[in-house]
Amino acid sequence: MLEGLLIGLSTAFSISNLLMVIGGCLIGTFIGMLPGLGPMSIIAIMIPVAISIGDPSAAIILLAGVYYGAIFGGSTSSILINAPGVASTVATSFDGYPLTRQGKAGKALTVAAISSFAGGTIGAILLMGFAPALASVALLFHSAEYFALMVVGLSAIAAFAGTGQVSKALLMTVLGLVMATVGEGVLFNMPRFTMGIMDLQSGFGFITLAMAMFALPEALYLVLDPTRSGRSSGQGNEIKDLRITKEEAKSIAPVIGRQSIQGFLIGVLPGAGATIASFLGYAVERNIAPREEQEKFGKGSVKGLAAPESANNAACTGSFVPLLTLGIPGSGTTAILLGALIALNVSPGPRLMVDQPQIFWSVIISMYIGNVVLLILNLPLIPYIAKVLAVPRTFLIPFILFFTLMGAYIGQNNATELLILVGLGVSATILRFGDYPLAPLLIGFILGPMLEDNFSRAMQLYDGIGFIWERPMTLGLLALALALIFLPSYRASRARLKAQGVAEGD
Amino acid sequence: MALDRWIALFILMICIAYGYAAWFTMDELLPPIMRRNPVWPSSFPKILSILGIALSLVVVLGLEKAEQTKAPEINYMRLLDYKIFHAIALLAFMVIYALTLRPAGFLLSTFLFLSVSSLMLGERRYLVVILVSAIAAGSIWYLVEQILGIYLRPFPSFV
Repeated sequence: MLEGLLIGLSTAFSISNLLMVIGGCLIGTFIGMLPGLGPMSIIAIMIPVAISIGDPSAAIILLAGVYYGAIFGGSTSSILINAPGVASTVATSFDGYPLTRQGKAGKALTVAAISSFAGGTIGAILLMGFAPALASVALLFHSAEYFALMVVGLSAIAAFAGTGQVSKALLMTVLGLVMATVGEGVLFNMPRFTMGIMDLQSGFGFITLAMAMFALPEALYLVLDPTRSGRSSGQGNEIKDLRITKEEAKSIAPVIGRQSIQGFLIGVLPGAGATIASFLGYAVERNIAPREEQEKFGKGSVKGLAAPESANNAACTGSFVPLLTLGIPGSGTTAILLGALIALNVSPGPRLMVDQPQIFWSVIISMYIGNVVLLILNLPLIPYIAKVLAVPRTFLIPFILFFTLMGAYIGQNNATELLILVGLGVSATILRFGDYPLAPLLIGFILGPMLEDNFSRAMQLYDGIGFIWERPMTLGLLALALALIFLPSYRASRARLKAQGVAEGD
Repeated sequence: MALDRWIALFILMICIAYGYAAWFTMDELLPPIMRRNPVWPSSFPKILSILGIALSLVVVLGLEKAEQTKAPEINYMRLLDYKIFHAIALLAFMVIYALTLRPAGFLLSTFLFLSVSSLMLGERRYLVVILVSAIAAGSIWYLVEQILGIYLRPFPSFV
């Protein structure tokens, strides 16, 4: 291992590879900040550049740098304008955006930067130490467990929607899953629920839906209620308290530690990835926080911001484990990276560490360098990034709307997509009037194809739904999902009875 | 009945239509060889339709007791007190933008969308509006087309 590490160090610290990391992080941060362009599309665009480099180590170092940068840039736009361009930073906006509305955008960005740095660095250490061992854990999971694991993830998301909101959140999740079944899936090679509309043949676009659920309603709310933008962009953008207090640092340190490890472990599992890691991290931290701090979650809690940020960065690092050791992509992004590696005549798999150790180790070393670059790149840039909010609302609103339009258009290259965007955006605004949470819909939509895929494979393996009771781990996970859904309402009804002066049964 | 329950009623109707399509129309199209599979294209949608109908009924009937509701950010009962016409106009501009993007070209339609929207929202520094819209349209076109390599028709189709 030491020998490999030395090879990795000498490869990663060559001038050209250092430039690759820095360049990749810069490009990724900049484009990731624009709402609508997620890491997948950025990496896809960068692949021709990477392939033209020719050296596989340099190419994957560049692409990995773009990946971290994009995730990082995505959290910036989540915090500042509540427009997560990336699914894994949706949870970041839960507490990041309220902090911005309170005029603490600087603090929020600092917490995000530190959490991302720590999450990525801890993830890289874990990757180095446990890559081979963790890959064998992922091997133990079959499609039945993946299916159950995703059900747990979705239930957890609904469960933390808040008391009295669980059924609404679950309904939104199911609606997202329903929307995911529209179009021609890879599984069955036949169009479903397209209602004869040609443009729905390939289904709804993820970016379009993300824009319609978050950025568009937010822009419309800004239009409807002008005092709102006064609150969010008036004095709020003065980044005077960039620093975080000692107490805040103390309170987020254990959160970062826990969520980096948990996020990494979730990232290792194919199909789970940064999105589930960030939501689960948020849910876990919210549930274990003391009651008075629980109240603050969703209203600008630094813990609620640190949890998803460290988890999603650790999970990004974790998702490299199955890619590098098994050759199995754990997420859409690593699938694109896999394609790039194959184009460069590298076949990732268990033999990679033996045959081409310089590639394996230089990627790991470049992760450390990438994290340092992001921290020293982002912190000094924070005041400039926050200038976005100083733009008057007469310009800010048209530009937000324009970026939602561009995001949807670039994703699908189709003008009809823009009409779908407007239609979905209006629906999302009405749902928001009715106090429906919108994040579960988007997450259901993203996980839908994977959920159905694993469900179908488990059904085929067991010739029916027998996999649910024949595999104890699946049964256990599904029971956990049920507990997650019913526990909050049970606790709420007990609290209500208590408030009414009714004695508890037990 | 509050808005959220009306919405749930609407979603219930969507789920019933979806369920009808999944339970009664999809399987006829299935080739005989695929009928031997334990899982059909309609299997997962069937489960979803049942879940969707059950959950929307829970909301419509108000089975889950809500906590003391907080004041909404926007009170939809007094929608006319807000700048509803600005919002509708902007949505109309977005639709017009979608329809003119191809025929009028990216540069012209983007410039018009940005400048007209700013003016409607009350911006009166005309020179700034023109400059900002023109620079934004030009530089974003350059970024997307030249750096990202995604084709955007810059000029009207007749040029």
